[in-house]
Amino acid sequence: MIHIVDYGIGNLRSAEKALQHSGVNARLVDDPRELASATAVVLPGVGSYGTCIAALDASGWREPILEVLGAGVPFLGICVGFQMLFEGSEESPDARGLGVVRGQVRKLEGAPKLPHIQWNRLDIERSSRLFPVDLDEQWMYFVHSYAAPVTAETVATATYGSTFSAAIERDNIMGVQFHPEKSGSQGLAMLARFAAMTGEI
Amino acid sequence: MQVVRVIPCLDVTDGRVVKGVQFVDLIDAGDPVELARRYAAEGADEITFLDITASSDGRSTMVDVVRRCAEEVFVPLTVGGGVRSVEDARLLLRAGAEKVGINSAAVNDPSLITAIADEFGCQCVVVAIDVRRSAQGYEVYTHGGRSATGLDALRWVEEVCDRGAGELLVTSMDRDGTREGYDLALLRAVSDISSVPLIASGGVGGLDDLVRGVSEGHADAVLAASIFHLQEATIQEAKDQLAKAGLKVRPPSASK
Repeated sequence: MIHIVDYGIGNLRSAEKALQHSGVNARLVDDPRELASATAVVLPGVGSYGTCIAALDASGWREPILEVLGAGVPFLGICVGFQMLFEGSEESPDARGLGVVRGQVRKLEGAPKLPHIQWNRLDIERSSRLFPVDLDEQWMYFVHSYAAPVTAETVATATYGSTFSAAIERDNIMGVQFHPEKSGSQGLAMLARFAAMTGEI
Repeated sequence: MQVVRVIPCLDVTDGRVVKGVQFVDLIDAGDPVELARRYAAEGADEITFLDITASSDGRSTMVDVVRRCAEEVFVPLTVGGGVRSVEDARLLLRAGAEKVGINSAAVNDPSLITAIADEFGCQCVVVAIDVRRSAQGYEVYTHGGRSATGLDALRWVEEVCDRGAGELLVTSMDRDGTREGYDLALLRAVSDISSVPLIASGGVGGLDDLVRGVSEGHADAVLAASIFHLQEATIQEAKDQLAKAGLKVRPPSASK
């Protein structure tokens, strides 16, 4: 069972429906103690970095999340859920990220207008489980003003004013800046590839 | 890379699409979810529902439409019309909408923009602005273009950006329904002073109007209703036309 972390932020229904549409067992989980039984974890997030971190900490999610990240459970952060994997963000300097990926999230530089609200093409940097190299051109839906740097974990980038991390993957730790749950058939296909890592489908 | 979005707009009342929908091969020609699914499959980059219901019964029906849509249509969904409070926005976002459009209520109480942005993030706040030309310039209208506000449209644009709008949806009431094309001078004036993306609306009569909305109006996304509903053009043809003009679009093949 894939657990979608429900920490009181935004619209999580889309993520749940998209995973279920891909034929995956997924449900929202609002009790951090249940996380230990997850075969995979999805961490969504919308709004500001600081608001998301505060909500995560207020409901006691930080430790259980760090435990599953350390235990090798497939983990996918989406949008701010992806950004929270990094150490922190210029958007909310006082908020402490989960810090499992090195680097700071910064405001998108050189962007004509913000937020970056549009579909954008991914540039696949290297083959990964989320994005094997033999895929067709990938287009995903982005909504954000802050972006994560390109790091050793980056498997796909996108460019809007400047080039940023669109997807990262390091062992069980994965994250995407775009919204796969709103990216049509290609987004659903990526979620299905993630779900396949549980071995349940 | 800037990528132009093509957005079909559906007017919905009491759970049914109204105004000039001519799809013949749909089981239920007036079902918004059916239409949204069709447009998404054709490559629509987002879907916008405009709720033109006045009754509270119709309002809860709209929430149900959004919920059904979010179960099977996996592209972003915006719902505008009748959003008057943070609670209205919460209901629609919870049901599965990505963004809410606010119009008259924002003019009546501009702090609503900030209140929704603070609660759910600015990315979900689309401020819709209906504009008519006046002797002095451009004036903001509310209530579907019936009520003059005395507000200068360009000053209003600056204010809503400051207050936390994530996007602007600008409709020329002079052009709406005329099929004479977008009001390009209006769009350009708005786009050039706005810090957030601009969706062009009102007056599309053909695919060249979409191209001009971007190339001359400097819009970031193009919204249209009739040309799609009346099957004068498909979403794919709209994108082909934009691409032929040298503008970047998500290729329809990516939505297959």
